[in-house]
Amino acid sequence: MALPSYTETRYRIWHYFYIAICTFVFFFLIAPLFVIFPLSFNAEEFLVFSEGMKNLDPDAFSLRWYEDMIYGTKNPWGLAAKNSFIIAIFATIGSIILGTLAALGLSSRHMPYKGIIMATLISPMIVPLIISGVAIFFFMAKVGLAATHTGIVLAHIILGTPFVVITVTATLSGFDHSVTRAAASLGSNPVNTFMKITLPLILPGVISGGLFAFVTSFDEVVVVLFLAGLENTTIPIQMWTGLREQLSPTILAVATCLIILSTLILISAELLRRRSERLRGINR
Amino acid sequence: MSSETKQILTTDGIPLEVSLKKAEKKNKIKAFLLVAPLLLFLIITYVFPIGEMFSRSIDDKMITNMLPKTFKEMEKWDGKELPPEDVFKAFYYDFKLLVEKQEHGKLGQRLNKEKNGFNSITKKLFRQVKRNKIDEGISIKEQIMKVHKRWRNVEYWQAIKRTAPPYTLAKYLKGMDMYYGADGSIAQVDEDRRIHRILWLRTLEIAFFVTLFCFLMGYPIAHLLATLPMKYSNLLMICVLLPFWTSLLVRTASWMILLQQQGVVNDFFVMIGLVADDSRPEMMYNKVGTYVAMTQILLPFMVLPLYSVMKTISPSLMRAGKSLGGTPFVAFWKVYFPLTIPGIGAGCLLVFILAIGYYITPALVGGASGTLISNQIAFHMKQTLDWSFASAMGLMLLTGVLVIYWIYNKLVGVDNIKLG
Repeated sequence: MALPSYTETRYRIWHYFYIAICTFVFFFLIAPLFVIFPLSFNAEEFLVFSEGMKNLDPDAFSLRWYEDMIYGTKNPWGLAAKNSFIIAIFATIGSIILGTLAALGLSSRHMPYKGIIMATLISPMIVPLIISGVAIFFFMAKVGLAATHTGIVLAHIILGTPFVVITVTATLSGFDHSVTRAAASLGSNPVNTFMKITLPLILPGVISGGLFAFVTSFDEVVVVLFLAGLENTTIPIQMWTGLREQLSPTILAVATCLIILSTLILISAELLRRRSERLRGINR
Repeated sequence: MSSETKQILTTDGIPLEVSLKKAEKKNKIKAFLLVAPLLLFLIITYVFPIGEMFSRSIDDKMITNMLPKTFKEMEKWDGKELPPEDVFKAFYYDFKLLVEKQEHGKLGQRLNKEKNGFNSITKKLFRQVKRNKIDEGISIKEQIMKVHKRWRNVEYWQAIKRTAPPYTLAKYLKGMDMYYGADGSIAQVDEDRRIHRILWLRTLEIAFFVTLFCFLMGYPIAHLLATLPMKYSNLLMICVLLPFWTSLLVRTASWMILLQQQGVVNDFFVMIGLVADDSRPEMMYNKVGTYVAMTQILLPFMVLPLYSVMKTISPSLMRAGKSLGGTPFVAFWKVYFPLTIPGIGAGCLLVFILAIGYYITPALVGGASGTLISNQIAFHMKQTLDWSFASAMGLMLLTGVLVIYWIYNKLVGVDNIKLG
């Protein structure tokens, strides 16, 4: 962003001001995440930087909160992590299947009432979570699925499908339908065509939708707060209770693990997006 | 097809038009069948339950079913003076049935909501009925009136009559700090008890300012990301995407650490001498905390739509503007800015919709003065267990969100939502 040499002084000042604002905003976005790392290695029980930490004294740092997270006897983190992963994986599979099928239908130019159906399918993403939570709770309580894993998985499928629908329809928008016709004219049945031709081509969209669905489920707390019993506690529920009641550094250890997980997910999502753009021939 | 032209036939001898229509219909059904599983699933588990929230929010059938005979007799009563003997008699028989089913307590509670004082007088009446003190041979009106002086007060009978319809909008009125007065007209709650209106206004205010802050902060960085060469912008994009993918609770937790009184932000203020060490400002458990945390959390939702629009604007347009004699400011304002309006609309509406229904962050960092309407809904769902009121408030919020969603759909189109 070097300025040309003929730039007038006031625009030069304005330009540096603009760079300063941008730097501040990027700092505002990313810095809060980094405050968690050092504090999770705090040797003390308080959530502030101790004098020792400020002086980089090695004794002020320890892994005790990570040990507490994994081995702590009273800690529900093990159960919570297990539940979170089970629920998120099943919710992701469900969202991918239902969402991809729906996206295939919606991308067909024969689809009737496309607008209203699309709006309905996307609505769980738009409707405030608290309202979704209340509505889903009423339903699950009526059919006897409240406080069960099945109930939470179904709830998360509801919340996760919009993401799959959006990403897969976006991938399909650049899809050349003549390849499926070519497959059909060569004698392939529709299922075979889908598995061999369509699916490999839209896979990046499907997977990135799946990642969104996974993160949505893994991070979801409002609906689970209504649905979960003691047996179904998840990581977000534990964090929520922890943050409300006693803020212990163990939470920060968990948070650090979650940030690492989200970094991994971000990297895979970015790689997929670039691959998908390459496949769709969008060069930037 | 005009009658003069010869109908075109397919090889099977069917007119081409018919055959095409048939194929079209088949394709329609095929496309619909693919959507059907998800649509059905959502309708059963999601759309219907939201409808159920509506019926729950206006439902008042419980009492209608408890006092069927009374309400039938009350139809004949003009409601001005004490009701006639028939009404008392019907009420007595209804009440006796309730006592047998042990549901008189519920009746008392429900009537008490309509008018204070019912709970104790239904209990008194219950004792009389239980001991068979009421003689069914003589005037029941006289006997009930003797149980407690409130049974002689016409206002209590008017209150019972008001509960007759199986549906009521009372919960919605309560959500706006209004109620049905004694004569059935709509009245305002006393000024010092209007908590809900304050909450609605605060929710709108916070959503509006969070959207504004997100716009003011998101616009410059989206512009920078869109104009920088790819290799730098990809790196900076991580700063936007990493918070986007990080757990909401993690981000809220980090704000709780930063904003606490001994936290990093306060330390920094003390260090640069902005505040004294002993008068560190309270930045959490109030509106400030809600604003700061929500702005940071929702900022990516503003940047991403803005970025995707700005990316499509050719840099030569700005150059053309400048070469035609515009200063950089004029070129920006007259050429660049109007082209970004679709992105601004999309980003602002998205952030506003998300902000208006926010629950987790305000509940954790908002304290009493930073909570929103969602927190009130959760409170009634979990603490007071007034589910019909929670449903009513939820639907009022939903109506607002759906209006914005509709505008969003008209302006941007839901199929144009971009993720990542």
